[in-house]
Amino acid sequence: MSEFLYLYRNGENLSPEQMQQQMGRWMTWLKDLETKGVLKSAGQPLERAGKLVSGPSRAVTDGLFAEAKDVIGGYSIVLAKDIHHAVELTAGCPIFAVGGGVEVRPIAKM
Amino acid sequence: MNALEPHFFRHEWARLVAVLVRVFGAGNLALAEDVAQDALFRAMQVWPVDGTPESPSAWLTAVAKRRAIDELRKARTHAHAAPELARMLDSEWTRAGTVDELFAPKPLRDDELRMMFWLAQPRLPEASQVALVLQLCSGFGEAEIASAFLTTPAAIGKRLQRAKAVVTQSGAPRELSDADLGARLDVVHRAIYLLFNEGYHGACPEAAVRTELCREALRLVMLLVDHPATRTEATLALAALLHLHAARLPSRLDESGELLPLLEQRRELWDGDLAARGLELLDRSSEGEAASAFHLEAAIAACHATARSFEETPWEHIVRLYDALSAIAPSPVVALSRAIAIAQLHGPARGLAELAALEGEELRGYVFYHAALADLSARAGDRSAARAHYERALALARNPSERTFLERRARALSDVGPPP
Repeated sequence: MSEFLYLYRNGENLSPEQMQQQMGRWMTWLKDLETKGVLKSAGQPLERAGKLVSGPSRAVTDGLFAEAKDVIGGYSIVLAKDIHHAVELTAGCPIFAVGGGVEVRPIAKM
Repeated sequence: MNALEPHFFRHEWARLVAVLVRVFGAGNLALAEDVAQDALFRAMQVWPVDGTPESPSAWLTAVAKRRAIDELRKARTHAHAAPELARMLDSEWTRAGTVDELFAPKPLRDDELRMMFWLAQPRLPEASQVALVLQLCSGFGEAEIASAFLTTPAAIGKRLQRAKAVVTQSGAPRELSDADLGARLDVVHRAIYLLFNEGYHGACPEAAVRTELCREALRLVMLLVDHPATRTEATLALAALLHLHAARLPSRLDESGELLPLLEQRRELWDGDLAARGLELLDRSSEGEAASAFHLEAAIAACHATARSFEETPWEHIVRLYDALSAIAPSPVVALSRAIAIAQLHGPARGLAELAALEGEELRGYVFYHAALADLSARAGDRSAARAHYERALALARNPSERTFLERRARALSDVGPPP
C-alpha cells in the first residue's frame, strides 16, 4: 500500500442548510474510508485566506486563485494500492456534489 | 457524536447575523453575513474530523467572536455601531469583554426580534420584506428563497440587494424605539402571515418547501409571543391562527402531493398538539377587548379544527364570524369565503347568489372564485355551467398543484353520468 494525498478544492458557496447536509455527508464518507482501513489521516481543514511567496525576491501575493471555489479547503492522507485505486476511493466524496473536486497526489517514497 | 437539531445551521446563522449586526453596525450587514457564513463553513470542515462539539452553538459563537475581534482590530468597521458601543469596541482594553457580552446567550432573543422589525421597513414592498426575513431571520439561501417564490436565484439576489440598500440606510436595529416597534408590529405581523401563506397556498409544488415555510412562520411568531414588548393580543391571535392552520397541514395534500378539498381531508391526520396550542393561544388572545382580523380568522380556524366532521362544522357561527371580518377587514377573499360558508348553511343556490353579487370585483382573476362557482353550480345540478367555470379556473391556475386539483374536480363532474 502507498500513501496518497487528497487535496480538496472547495466548490460553490453553500447555504446554511446545504452546509448542514454537506457536513453529514462528510462524516459518513470519512467514516466509510476508516471502516475500509484506508484512511491514514483525516487531515485538517485549511483557512481560506493565505499568502503565496515566490521568486528570488520572495514576492508575496494573496494566492494563486482568484476564485474562492478553487481554493484548497483541506487535505487527507489515504492508503491505496496504486493511483487508480486512490482515484476510485474518492467515489462518494461529498465535495463533488457542490461543484468541488479532489486532487489526488501520490506521496513520493524516499 | 451528538446529532444536530434539524435546521440547526440555518437558525444559528440567523442568530449570529443578528448579534454581528450589533457588533459591526447596520452599515456592515454584508460583513456580518460573511462572518456568520465563515463560522458555519469552519464547522462543516472541522466537525466531520473532530466530531460535533458538546455545545455546537457555543463553538460557533467562539469562532464568530474571534473573527469579529479580528475584524474590529483590522479596520474601524464599528464606525457604524452605536456611539457608546463604538467607544467600547475601539479600545483594546474593553473590546473582547464587550464582544463577549454581546454574544452572551439571552433568554429573550432580543437581537433576532429586533432584526425582524428592522427588516419590516414600511417603505419596502411586502415581497421584499418577506424575502429579507427569510434570508436574515431564517437563514434561507437565495436559491431556497427563489424556489419558494418560483423565481430565479438571480432575481431574488437582486431583490435582496435592493432591499438591503434601503434597510442599511435606515439606522440600526438597536435604534428602533419602543414606539417604532409598536408602529411596525403590524408590518411584522403581515410579513409573518404572508410567509405562512406562501407555504400554505403558495406556488411551490414541493410539499417539503411549503411545510418549512409554515414552520418558520410559527417559529418567528413565537419569538413575538415570548417577548413582553411584542406580546400583544393581536400577536397572540396571529399565533393562534397559524397554529390552527398548521394543525391541518398534514391532511391538505394526498399521498401523491396533490391538494385535497376540505370535505375529502382525513381529519385523523390533523396535528392535535398544534391545534391544542392554537386554541390555548386563542384563549390568551381574548382576555382583553381587542378583536383584530386575526382574532376572527383564528376563531374561524378554531371552528374547523374542532369540528369532528365536515357535516358537524358550525356553519352558522362561521358565517357570523365572516360577517364581522368583512366589516373590519373587507377583502375579496374574505367575501368569497363568506359566500362559500353561506352555501354550506343555506344551500348552493344562496351561495351562488352571494358569489354573483361579488362579480365585477378583483375576484374575476382569482382561480378559487371560479372554482367555487364551478363547485356550487355542480351541487345545484347545473353541470354545463360547472364545466365552463372549471375551464375558466384552469386558465387562471398558477401552478401544477392547482391545475391537477381543478382537473380532477372537473373530471369528477363527467364521471357522474347525464342527469336523469
